[in-house]
Amino acid sequence: MIAEALIVSAILFVIGVVGVLTRRNAIILFMCAELMLNAVNLSFVALAKLHNVTGQVFVVMVMCIAAAEAAVGLAIVISVFRHFGTVNLSELRTLRG
Amino acid sequence: MNGFYEFQFYLFSLLAIASALLFVTRKNPVPAALWLVNVMFALAGLYVMLDAPFIGVIQVLVYAGAIMVVFVFVVMLLNLGRSELTDLRSLGARLGAGVVGLALLANLLVITRQRVPRVALAPPADNEVEAVAASLFTDYIVAFELTSLVLLVAVIGSVLLAKKRVRA
Repeated sequence: MIAEALIVSAILFVIGVVGVLTRRNAIILFMCAELMLNAVNLSFVALAKLHNVTGQVFVVMVMCIAAAEAAVGLAIVISVFRHFGTVNLSELRTLRG
Repeated sequence: MNGFYEFQFYLFSLLAIASALLFVTRKNPVPAALWLVNVMFALAGLYVMLDAPFIGVIQVLVYAGAIMVVFVFVVMLLNLGRSELTDLRSLGARLGAGVVGLALLANLLVITRQRVPRVALAPPADNEVEAVAASLFTDYIVAFELTSLVLLVAVIGSVLLAKKRVRA
């Protein structure tokens, strides 16, 4: 069960990575980041079953950090939308030379 | 009994992977968010099967219940529900992403195959929540308090970032 859970975790993480690399909608990018955090949480829980319960403690902390990251990130998205009128990252090219 | 357990484990795994694939291929953010909620429910099921029922409950409450609601709320607030023409990157970027993804997946699978020992699973602890709480509030108390500080900073920061600028 441990190895299978780690394989599922790897697949979910890679789906998140490919999503981040191929999409340009900022909100979808954030959701892909959440998917990657969830994949890591799954491997923490699986390894907590193999070793000891510390992995589950880390999962609780990862969830707190994910909540904080989502709140700040979405506030930035709202701010960007007010300023530029879009959340499509390819249209935010103020810094492009 | 064991076969039933394994069947459920693979069922939740397949559900998680299929929902994740559907999530990442949706153009519109709202169905994408709903498929992501589905992934999180399936993961909660997997946590329960891996003897972490407390984490499973927290997963449903915090991820599916709070974080994803914030995402959908922001989509509603910014009126992004209409699907854009395309938000995909160019073909070259997509091919590069595919290569990176395959390389990463192969890497992770090789590590999993080589490093994870084939041991008999330990029986579940008598009281899992008690063990988590004991570890969280003794060994990791400093990290726990720092997490509360991070949440406070996040609350203040998101209010500052998202409020309307008032010209003085």
